[in-house]
Amino acid sequence: MAETSTQTGADTLVKIRDLYFSRGERAIFDGVSLDIPRGKVTAIMGPSGTGKTTLLRLIGGQLHPDQGSIEVDGQDVPQLRRSALYALRKRMGMLFQSGALLTDLSVFDNVAFPLREHTDLPEVMIRDLVLMKLQAVGLRGARDLQPSELSGGMARRIALARAIALDPMMIMYDEPFTGQDPISKGALVQLIRLLNDALGLTSIIVSHDVEETAAISDYIYVISQGKVIGSGTPETLRKTDSNWVRQFMQGLPDGPVPFHYPAPEYIDDLLNA
Amino acid sequence: MLEWIRQLGRGGFGFFEKLGRSNLFLLKTLAGIPSVLRRPYLLIAQLLSVGVLSLLLIAVSGLFVGMVLALQGYNTLVDFGAEESLGVVVALSIVRELGPVVTALLFAGRAGSALTAEIGLMKATEQLSGMEMMAVDPIHRVIAPRFLAGVLSMPLLAAIFSAVGIYGGYFVGVGLLGVDDGSFWSQMQSKVDLHEDVYNGVIKSLVFGVVVSWIAVFEGYDTVPTSEGVSRSTTRTVVYSAFAVLGLDFVLTALMFGDY
Repeated sequence: MAETSTQTGADTLVKIRDLYFSRGERAIFDGVSLDIPRGKVTAIMGPSGTGKTTLLRLIGGQLHPDQGSIEVDGQDVPQLRRSALYALRKRMGMLFQSGALLTDLSVFDNVAFPLREHTDLPEVMIRDLVLMKLQAVGLRGARDLQPSELSGGMARRIALARAIALDPMMIMYDEPFTGQDPISKGALVQLIRLLNDALGLTSIIVSHDVEETAAISDYIYVISQGKVIGSGTPETLRKTDSNWVRQFMQGLPDGPVPFHYPAPEYIDDLLNA
Repeated sequence: MLEWIRQLGRGGFGFFEKLGRSNLFLLKTLAGIPSVLRRPYLLIAQLLSVGVLSLLLIAVSGLFVGMVLALQGYNTLVDFGAEESLGVVVALSIVRELGPVVTALLFAGRAGSALTAEIGLMKATEQLSGMEMMAVDPIHRVIAPRFLAGVLSMPLLAAIFSAVGIYGGYFVGVGLLGVDDGSFWSQMQSKVDLHEDVYNGVIKSLVFGVVVSWIAVFEGYDTVPTSEGVSRSTTRTVVYSAFAVLGLDFVLTALMFGDY
């Protein structure tokens, strides 16, 4: 029995147990438990406003849960001291929705930023590493551009090159496909899968783009109203019995998640002017 | 009535909470200063944008303030036949009061608002969060160099304001109105005391530098990350800085020059 749990521990990179988190009166997570397996692409999906980004921030230690544990590579993130947390973050990459590139630095300097901050490598070596990372995302030719000159898709790919600059063990993607044209979306979909397999990463994708995410994920958790309401491989989720998961996966306008925001009766509302 | 008392209480709590946060923030910023000194290029870049680029505004304002002072001072002094004292009047008003105070107000408008807007936008575009996730402390990398640059720039800018202002007074008094050149400078030299006047002016400008830079970086870091939030924070920086500078000026003047 003990052997089995150790085995599970070794295969699981992120382990979340009974997570409670609220903002003011509103409960964002109401007892969430999930496991992110090592070396796989795991997606966390759900409608907008379900706290998917918040979950990434909790894993990264930028927010503290009200209750529950978040273990990353065996370390309990909320309990970590600052120096240990920063050491752990060097092994995590995060791709923000906006890219979060530093606007006063060029593309090259943005990718070089984590290398210059955390290593004492000579400039020649930093140049080589930066060019390798930029080549991996196909933007080596854009190294001299400023972030303001990049399209949204390019900015996200540069941010991806920066996130893998320190060769992390895992990358968290925050809504990577939102607002992208089909070509950039295709490029990102391919890159996420390719980088995960080629670099031996663990990827967590937070998204509500069902098609793109399902195409590259090994496992999907569907979150709504603070709880995990469905999980499985993309195939099993497509065949699910749950009305809710079906509504989400097929994008139906009405169902368990109603089309109308809670309101008093329509007739009463009109007559009570 | 009850609602009014509640609101007052909420406002009071909010105020003290923010005050506490800003003090903790200042401590963290001060703790980040050694890491800035290890990487002086971060400081130099900020000295350029906070200090050097404010130079023109400060110098031109100093010149006009000195010229107006000489004009006004002469009109009054000449009634008493004391126009030779013009140099003293101009120098004392500028070195003791107008130099530090006007420089601090201009500095808050020119550099303080820019600092708040820049840091606020970095927060709104997740650049600060991004740095945190790259295990780089934004307080060390972004805030501390800007704060230190502000603190170092303010006394230097105030000194330049005072020097240019005195020359402005000289041009108008001696050049235009015909006050005697020798008595303008010699009276100034004998009546302006290095310790009593000049040093105290420098201390004032240093205090204002700390306060204005602190307000500017804190408001930027504490902003609500939306366009409206950044715009409000920028306004608050200028308003709070003006209040703080004028209020502190009274306190410092009372401590330095009050005879009680």
